[in-house]
Amino acid sequence: MAEYKLTTPLSDDDIIKLKAGDKVLLSGVIYTARDAAHMRIVESIKKGEKLPFDPKGQVVYYVGPSPARPGKPIGSAGPTTSYRMNPFAPILIELGQKGMIGKGKMSDEVKEACIKYKACYFASIGGAAAVVGSAVKKAEVIAYPELGPEAVRKLEVEDMPLFVCYDAHGNDLYEMAKKEWANRL
Amino acid sequence: MSEIRNVSVKDVEEAIYKLALDAAYHIPEDVLEAEKKAYAKEKSEVAKQVLDTIFQNIEVSSKEEFPLCQDTGLGIIFLEVGQDVHFVDGYIVDAINNGVERAYKDGYLRKSSCNPLTRQNYGNNLPAIVHTFVVPGDKVKIIFDAKGGGSESMSKVQMMKPADGREGIVQTVVDWMIQAGPNPCPPTIVGVGIGADFERSAVMAKHATLRKVGEPSPDPVLADMEQEILTKINNSGIGPAGLGGLTTALAVHIEMEPCHIATLPLAINTACHVNRHKEIEL
Repeated sequence: MAEYKLTTPLSDDDIIKLKAGDKVLLSGVIYTARDAAHMRIVESIKKGEKLPFDPKGQVVYYVGPSPARPGKPIGSAGPTTSYRMNPFAPILIELGQKGMIGKGKMSDEVKEACIKYKACYFASIGGAAAVVGSAVKKAEVIAYPELGPEAVRKLEVEDMPLFVCYDAHGNDLYEMAKKEWANRL
Repeated sequence: MSEIRNVSVKDVEEAIYKLALDAAYHIPEDVLEAEKKAYAKEKSEVAKQVLDTIFQNIEVSSKEEFPLCQDTGLGIIFLEVGQDVHFVDGYIVDAINNGVERAYKDGYLRKSSCNPLTRQNYGNNLPAIVHTFVVPGDKVKIIFDAKGGGSESMSKVQMMKPADGREGIVQTVVDWMIQAGPNPCPPTIVGVGIGADFERSAVMAKHATLRKVGEPSPDPVLADMEQEILTKINNSGIGPAGLGGLTTALAVHIEMEPCHIATLPLAINTACHVNRHKEIEL
């Protein structure tokens, strides 16, 4: 299993070399969105309205951070459970989004979209929120401020530690790991 | 006749305020202890790395007063009120809500309560969810459980058939936790409520997640079931954060009460690896 340093925006070449189980240290700009923001983004896509950010090459982090203390860019910011974004992820992947960061399983439709349009689902460690939050160097709300923790934020991250969970070749880290470690007690 | 003891709800508010902040930043010692034991037994390198990250997170949170998890949960309160207690200086539920609201504001904790249909965030993390029990004596015991949405969503109540019995219960809990996989942030503490009725089984399941981690049920039949379910869940290979390993659950805790001859209620509630809860007696 390899380890890569990647900087956003990501290209098809960046994605193709990644295999489930690889470790990635991600730097650059990423965008936050979870349930409520995705509902609004997809509504805007349907209506042909301008989106808070152009999904092309971008990575979306499924997170609703805790409030920042004075002098800090963000509070704790670990991943939320990703399956709630199953209906939305394939739509954004088709528009060129290259990655999602979250925790937990996503649907077969998401896996298929990752293969078809060359995208990747990255797993982060749920509940390691104070540590993950410290990879965030800058944060700015760019859309839907009324959603509070669910607003869309533009984050600048440095060496954010991630695992490649679903790659563009149809592999699933959760399934691979489970198979390898089952019935060992 | 026993004497009535006056308890000021202002003291309850202050207690709730402190418990909520403490729970958000500092992991319960028994949970950390169980995770260290799991680390020593773990054979997967990735699992050890995940546990290391979890330990690092616990340290950073505690030192810098950063919430252990960005999802600082809804405030779930188990309130055990001695029957000789008389609350004064206001309404007890208002006091609890005030304590929660102030803690979530002052502690930079995330406000997560919203309208179920419009999903509008209320911005104050209210209301707290209060389960009240009247008990003998003149004390007030408060357990504050900061319950996040990820692990809470991996819960269920199933009205089993009496014929399903012990075996059916074991299988249902194991299947449910394996299907939940990485979603509830393993390693988890699995709370199980068996019997009573529909809603009380659920309260038992949640209450069971708050028992000292790994302490077996005093009922040997249940203790045996807890061990069997735990081994089966940990044989799934799911592992910490779902990235593979021997530690998918730290413990299974079962509570049981008598039920109707026609029913067999079963409830499952999971706590994630930070299982934030603190308690105090006033």
